Amino acid sequence: MARAIRVIPRKRNLELLMLLFGFGLYAFALSQVQLATILILRPDAWFYWSLPVVAALGFHFVLRWRASDADPLLLPIGFLLNALGIMMIYRLDLVKAATEDNSVAYRQVIWTVVAILISAVVLFLVKTHLSFRRYIYISMAVGVLFLVLPLVPVIGKSVNGAHLWVSIGPLSFQPGELAKIALCIFFAGYLTSRRESLSVVGRKVFGLRVPPARELGPIAFIWLASLGVLVLQRDLGTSLLFFGLFLVMIYVATGRVFYVLVGFVMFVAGALVASRLMSYVGGRFDAWLDPLNDALYQAPGGSYQLVQSMFGLAHGGLFGTGLGGGLPQIVPLAQSDFIVSAIGEELGLVGLFGVLALYLVLIARALRIANAHADDFSKLLAIGLGFVIALQLFIVIGGVLRVVPLTGLTTPLLTAGGTSLVANWIIIGLLLRLSDTLPKAGTVTE
Amino acid sequence: MKKEIRRVTNVILLMFVSLFAASSAMQVFNADSLNNDSRNQRAVYDGYKTQRGAILVDNKPIAESVQTSDAYHYLRKYSGQEYSALTGFYSLYLGRTSLENFLDSSLRGDNSAQFFEQLNALFSGNPVTGASVELTIDPEIQKVAWDALGNKKGAVIAMDPTTGKILALVSKPGFDANLLSTHNTIDAAANYKNLLTAKGSPLIDRAIGGNLYAPGSIFKLVVAAAAFESGKYTPASTLPNPRTYKLPGTKTVITNSGESSCGGAPTVSISTALKLSCNIPFAQLGVALGQDAIAKQAKAFGFGDAVSIPLKSTPSVYPSNMDEAQTAMSAFGQFDVRVSPLQMLMVTSAIANSGVEMQPYLVDQIFTANLTLLNKSQPTELTRSISTSTAESLRRMMISAVASGVSSNARIPGVEVAGKTGTAQNGPNDPYTLWFTGFAPANSPRVAVTVVIEDGGGMGQGGRGNTLAAPIARIVMQAVLKK
Repeated sequence: MARAIRVIPRKRNLELLMLLFGFGLYAFALSQVQLATILILRPDAWFYWSLPVVAALGFHFVLRWRASDADPLLLPIGFLLNALGIMMIYRLDLVKAATEDNSVAYRQVIWTVVAILISAVVLFLVKTHLSFRRYIYISMAVGVLFLVLPLVPVIGKSVNGAHLWVSIGPLSFQPGELAKIALCIFFAGYLTSRRESLSVVGRKVFGLRVPPARELGPIAFIWLASLGVLVLQRDLGTSLLFFGLFLVMIYVATGRVFYVLVGFVMFVAGALVASRLMSYVGGRFDAWLDPLNDALYQAPGGSYQLVQSMFGLAHGGLFGTGLGGGLPQIVPLAQSDFIVSAIGEELGLVGLFGVLALYLVLIARALRIANAHADDFSKLLAIGLGFVIALQLFIVIGGVLRVVPLTGLTTPLLTAGGTSLVANWIIIGLLLRLSDTLPKAGTVTE
Repeated sequence: MKKEIRRVTNVILLMFVSLFAASSAMQVFNADSLNNDSRNQRAVYDGYKTQRGAILVDNKPIAESVQTSDAYHYLRKYSGQEYSALTGFYSLYLGRTSLENFLDSSLRGDNSAQFFEQLNALFSGNPVTGASVELTIDPEIQKVAWDALGNKKGAVIAMDPTTGKILALVSKPGFDANLLSTHNTIDAAANYKNLLTAKGSPLIDRAIGGNLYAPGSIFKLVVAAAAFESGKYTPASTLPNPRTYKLPGTKTVITNSGESSCGGAPTVSISTALKLSCNIPFAQLGVALGQDAIAKQAKAFGFGDAVSIPLKSTPSVYPSNMDEAQTAMSAFGQFDVRVSPLQMLMVTSAIANSGVEMQPYLVDQIFTANLTLLNKSQPTELTRSISTSTAESLRRMMISAVASGVSSNARIPGVEVAGKTGTAQNGPNDPYTLWFTGFAPANSPRVAVTVVIEDGGGMGQGGRGNTLAAPIARIVMQAVLKK
């Protein structure tokens, strides 16, 4: 019997096929970038191609060995997005002046290998995600610790006014990225155990069923923590991300719209007060509403960056300028917060839609996993992991596209940055594990 | 939890839909306005992808794009300062001005005439090469005009009044456009700052009205035209001719220029008043006609409208809502009357061309890199601004102004010249603005010329239109007639 299970790696074969397609696409894109920017094919493309490819292949074989029933789409999509990011960062590196840091893509490749390795180790060590239920409060402690770490003197570091970084010796990382995983686990575990009491029907006020006052404690705590991140770390994006994640998870756990409404109102109120008190939040708002206003455009920390990105996207139009044909390097921080603008300029609206579609499929897989699991903890964890990616995308890409005010967050898997890659690959690893442990009956019918 | 997960799924879908919609809006629907934003460097960089067409004068480039080895592939080069008022500049950092701006779509290869080339470029990948523009300017006349103006601040325009073809257009001081087209940001910015603050403001195109000037006595042509067009006056109609004149409703007393007696008789004909350029008879004529009649005639000549040649002129102004004293002053080109040299050239050309104003034009033809003709300009009538008989009357008066009047320095031996000088006052102690406008030969005009000199030609209030402006016009007219 055990043998019979091992011989049906249909999903893994499908995964391999898609990975091979991704490898080919990546090779093509890298050669296009070189031909368009330096006009020749240079052997260093092999480095940028082979390392992520070998890492992804390695992960594929770990899956064959340890999670043969895992979802076949997650790894290829993760690889494609990651590779697209490296390709774009490499393209930006190639046109940089000698005085600028032009080894960002090099580091991104190394970090990709590290991140995939860590993800594989997580998958290997975590036989079942249910074991996380034993570490709920440790997860909370880790999550909170990671959140406050950048505020610790000596190791905390402020970049562009936001306290998001920790640096120890030569290494620096953004612990907030890792905190989102720990908090997902904590929220899932906590809400599973408190689901009953949080769902208790209380009095009716204005047609809304209000839970008993004592049950509002946790939501108040998370609200304060989020505002703390906003005020102390000066980071609207991270604050919004955690609070949004919490609201969605509590809603899924309890089915009470009340929490979402109250939480939303509380957050908006808090953010409005913060925008009055803190010029950086107010400035972001003004730049969002009227970026082309010349006074805001000229102002330091004004809308210059956003407007340059808008020009880039418009320049790209429907089909883009082609890789290497645009000028995404004009946009400050093109390789981090504004990488989608670089993609939109050179690959056009079509390319941007493609990238968004890849994310959409990735998130849809997470939602499917949440639906297919029978127990609350698994459902909540899967939806938390899927939603945190969706919300982060919405906040950062929505900021670039002027759907919401611009806040500093990384674009999952695309943006240059080690911690972000590690965190998002761990999420993919966890989703793979979650999909591998689906109840068999549930999957047959899909 | 199924219901909740479904709702969260819907929320996520909604978020994605908003991203799809926002990116479509930015990259497709609003793309044009973003691409045309003056702060958008990408459009400028794109302009350097193709070889921009040249601006030519007698088949020699006065502005051309030469290949370079830097990132922009092409550098814009200019031939000399005498053409700077025409070409303007094309700069990475400072945008584009003058013909570089107004002919941009042709020079860039982006105009509709090159549609098939653009279509071909879309499929073949070969960029469209910009079209070249041949100007109507005659390099010899341009040089003569440039040299004749010497080191004075001012402008000279010469035109064939029967066609509207502009033969020379000079504004002094000029500037070296190469200083601004350089790809070195720091140099270009510093040079631009220098030119902005330089003595004589070289970046101003004086010919088409980067500055407007008080016209002084040359405006009497417009007032006389208004008088004849009204039907109430002929050149022989007489006006009172006192030695001094108190402006109606004021205590201000004016005299003729140099306190001249204007012939000394108790009355003077309009014809003689124009020949001798007397202010007092014209002040009275202005009051008698009324500001509306003068305004109507000024408008008929083109006052109030910008002309596209395709450089765009600043509209000339005849003031409104004046009292009688102000109307009297306006009738000899003072008070708030402000004109561009081009406008006065158009007035003069209408007189030369029997009352019909031709559309002035600078572009002779436009052709592609492989010499396919895209466009050849034809003379077009702009408007009839005065009747043939009014034109004839004014022509005779202008002939005698040169032959036996105060515009004597425009005389050319053996050729009848029609002309009018002007010496406009500015502030009480400010230097005069000196004018000459006229045409030759008077009976079959080949060239009309308008000259303006700022700052009294360096002589403060000592210079006169006849002493400084008329000789320059004569040299330019002679150069044309010699051809």
